[in-house]
Amino acid sequence: MKRRVTLRVNGEPHDLLVPVHKTLLEVLREDLRLTGTKHGCELGECGTCTVLLDGVPVLSCLALTVDLEGRAIKTVEGMADGSRLHPLQQAFAELGAAQCGYCTPGILLTAEALLAEIPAPSRDEIREALAGNLCRCTGYTKILESVELAALRMSAPPARLAGERSR
Amino acid sequence: MSSAKFSIIGQPLPKIDAWAKVTGDTKYADDLVLPRMAFAKLLRSSAPHALITRIDTTCARQLPGVYAVITGADLPPVKFGILPVSQDEEALCRTKVRMVGDAVAAVAAVDEETADRATELIEIEYQPLRALMSIEESLAHPEVRIHEYGDGPNVHKNVALQFGDVEAAFATSALVREDVFFFEGNTHSPMEQHAAVAHFGPDEKLTLWSSTQTPHYVHRLLAKILDMPAAHIRVIAAAVGGGFGGKLDPFAHEIAACKLSQVTGRPVKITLTREEVFYVHRGRHPVLMWLKTGFTRDGDITGSHIKTWLDGGAYGSYGVASTFYTGVINPVTYKMPVYKFEGARVFTNKPPCGPKRGHGTPQPRFALECQLDKAAEQLGLDPAEMRRRILHEPFTKTANHLTVTTIGLGECIDKVVEASGWREKRRRFGHTRPGRGSRRRGVGIGCSAYMTGAGTAIYWNSMPHSGVIIRADRSGGVAVLCGATDIGQGSDSILAYLPAEILGLAPADIRVHPADTDLTPVDLGSYSSRVTLMCGMAAIQASTRLRAAIFKAVAKKLAVHEEMLVARDRKVGVADDWDKALPFAEAVALAESMHGVLAFPGSYAPPKRAGKYKGGGVGPSPCYSYSACVVDLSVDEETGEIILHDVWVAHDIGRALNPLLVEGQVEGSIYMGIGEALMEGQVFRKGLHKQPSMLDYKSPTTLDTPNIHTILVETDDPEGPFGAKEAGQGPLLPVIPAIANAIYHAIGVRFDEVPISPDLILKGLELKRQGKTARIGPERIPLFTFKEPLVVESAFGQPAEAIAERPFH
Repeated sequence: MKRRVTLRVNGEPHDLLVPVHKTLLEVLREDLRLTGTKHGCELGECGTCTVLLDGVPVLSCLALTVDLEGRAIKTVEGMADGSRLHPLQQAFAELGAAQCGYCTPGILLTAEALLAEIPAPSRDEIREALAGNLCRCTGYTKILESVELAALRMSAPPARLAGERSR
Repeated sequence: MSSAKFSIIGQPLPKIDAWAKVTGDTKYADDLVLPRMAFAKLLRSSAPHALITRIDTTCARQLPGVYAVITGADLPPVKFGILPVSQDEEALCRTKVRMVGDAVAAVAAVDEETADRATELIEIEYQPLRALMSIEESLAHPEVRIHEYGDGPNVHKNVALQFGDVEAAFATSALVREDVFFFEGNTHSPMEQHAAVAHFGPDEKLTLWSSTQTPHYVHRLLAKILDMPAAHIRVIAAAVGGGFGGKLDPFAHEIAACKLSQVTGRPVKITLTREEVFYVHRGRHPVLMWLKTGFTRDGDITGSHIKTWLDGGAYGSYGVASTFYTGVINPVTYKMPVYKFEGARVFTNKPPCGPKRGHGTPQPRFALECQLDKAAEQLGLDPAEMRRRILHEPFTKTANHLTVTTIGLGECIDKVVEASGWREKRRRFGHTRPGRGSRRRGVGIGCSAYMTGAGTAIYWNSMPHSGVIIRADRSGGVAVLCGATDIGQGSDSILAYLPAEILGLAPADIRVHPADTDLTPVDLGSYSSRVTLMCGMAAIQASTRLRAAIFKAVAKKLAVHEEMLVARDRKVGVADDWDKALPFAEAVALAESMHGVLAFPGSYAPPKRAGKYKGGGVGPSPCYSYSACVVDLSVDEETGEIILHDVWVAHDIGRALNPLLVEGQVEGSIYMGIGEALMEGQVFRKGLHKQPSMLDYKSPTTLDTPNIHTILVETDDPEGPFGAKEAGQGPLLPVIPAIANAIYHAIGVRFDEVPISPDLILKGLELKRQGKTARIGPERIPLFTFKEPLVVESAFGQPAEAIAERPFH
């Protein structure tokens, strides 16, 4: 059985006809071809598929698409402002927080939600917020440092941004 | 260590693919979509050991949406395996299954759900055989045979090597220790589930995109398995979402996708579920170890003898190499004048073990470093100072004929001792000191060494281990083509940094085209910490040749000698007359006019240094990295909880080509070592994995990972590219014994096995309270007869050959 549903994904409306059992993860990846959202277990255990639902991190592998009528969804593809990267993306790239990169989209979005709530989080607050996102490559160290750097830049006056490393 | 003379080397630059990775732009195998693509699923065995008596796919074929169903009968009747000596696998088992999870049939359908439903409609009957689930069981039941080959009933490999007379050394020792250790198996659990897309085209050529660490070996084996000319097969490694050794074998799902594409005439995608990833495994071997080492009063090692028993699981995989690795690397760290190694790998009805980060060496390293801690205590020595005194000499050989070049371990020990406040913490903390409340604090140390690339290929050949083609044209564009596979460690970036350094460009000016067997020269794969060194050396050779061609043309134009020219800041010219320097693109255009098409190869094969004895091919490496680790932790004696505070690792990297990437490798290694020491275990019950999910298979989260402090030590090794050694595996090794030794310091209980869980802490403390031996670990070793050892003279202390024979140079 299919149902009609309208999703707002990265600011764009999408009218979709989806089987009622399809998860948000499947619709994002397969119907909308937004493959930036990854999957590590499809059982809600690893955090890899995290997206923002009205600004709140959710596991897209556990969210049923037909329940999300009219809701705003943000994926990693929606983080940059045009070609201007989000400060989190910039920091993750500069500090080497993405090794294989597979867990990165989910962690970036979880961190974005954290910084929206707590603009200058302590390291323990960052640890707490990211505790549901597994990463097997980095030992988390550079991820924590990158969130701190992004938080600093986002709260600093624009002049500080001149110090950003270029590509 | 000054890196002032370099412009790229030594800089903490972002990886060249960092931007794609933070935007979701990177395409992993499961992200690929082709028109008319079908989706595949495997039917896997539910029996740990059984004969297949009937398999009927009629109902499955009739399900609407199913394009094809294949079984082993549809594949050429050949067995395969990654090592030429262990050809024991079938992509789809025909007559016998040897583990839960063995693939027996494959379906291609319009979508994944239909394929899944079709696998349930396949009728299969098994005649159960006795399942052998442990080393003891497999040895106790020689009448049950998992395989018909090997070094004895259910014994895959039996090896014994002796270098000098260890018994004589023990007889003259002030202290001889015998200890038994157990290291539980664990798995890679990369975040990306393995995925592959196969396309058998109308031209009868096959293309496979796969999350593989070794497109070359997959290429070779597909030709055998599918009975097709290798020249008609193209394997492309898609971006790999984590490997750690788990994507180094050719897998059933890759082969099934290829065959299904051939049968259906459609592209076929297959993606494993997380549960399947746990069963596919090829991870850390469970190893039982007996270690006997002699010491002088001052802590010098007089000789060492190790016996290892590896629980190999159901197939060979890399197991012969794994077996050797449990014995051959220990001697490159400390002076060990005589050495004996006996090892056996035993088949069991469990998913096969193979290479995981550190491949076969973390287990004996754990044993040795814990034993050294016990010896230091008995001899009244500080465990850090004792190690510092007995370091192997640089540029000499080990007892087992391995050539050690540079060794920065002394400096590594000094650095972690200093940074951690070791001396003060050893005095102030510890189980003999009064603690506060239920928590006891301790610090422990461990050291290690690891190869920078295996000195021999998996199949014998005299061709390059890594090749690079660099090409440039009048646009000024430079492309680097290399078969190396970036699994997140940054090898693509290395392939940009080194040519950029040599050609005076920025990494962004170089386009790297990796891991495509049609287009790129062969690189053997991302294993044995070989990639940076081997593809790096090949890239240096290729870039230097390109630069020479450019210099020749520019020299003519500027009427100067080639030797006067330098390439920097995207220009080529004479340093003292830089105003006349030509822009790089102009210089390339001149060279293209002079020489024609500019494309230059670089080749690398390791120096030929294998010991002249059977088995001497496993262990040699161009150079070895060294690491020292100090762990500071607390143990809660009421709950058994282990709280890690800080971990320091100093790592001898030779030269940090990019310190940011090296730190990332060290941090990731420490993290993975913590998981193995404290929580990760690939364990089975009644043939089934006990915890095949990421929730139940515990791995460290942000909350479990302590503050990590990385210190890089540079030794500028003559074998490495710009002096670099490996970083991806070695730093994992010392973490595990350092944790066990710190726990002993904290609570006075020895842990001779890992993982060390809170329940074991409580059990150990209870033993201590009862006045029994405060030790958790194996009590006995299997009844087993090793081979008569191959006796070889110890090469300990012999000088390294001044000039080793290095092919292609």
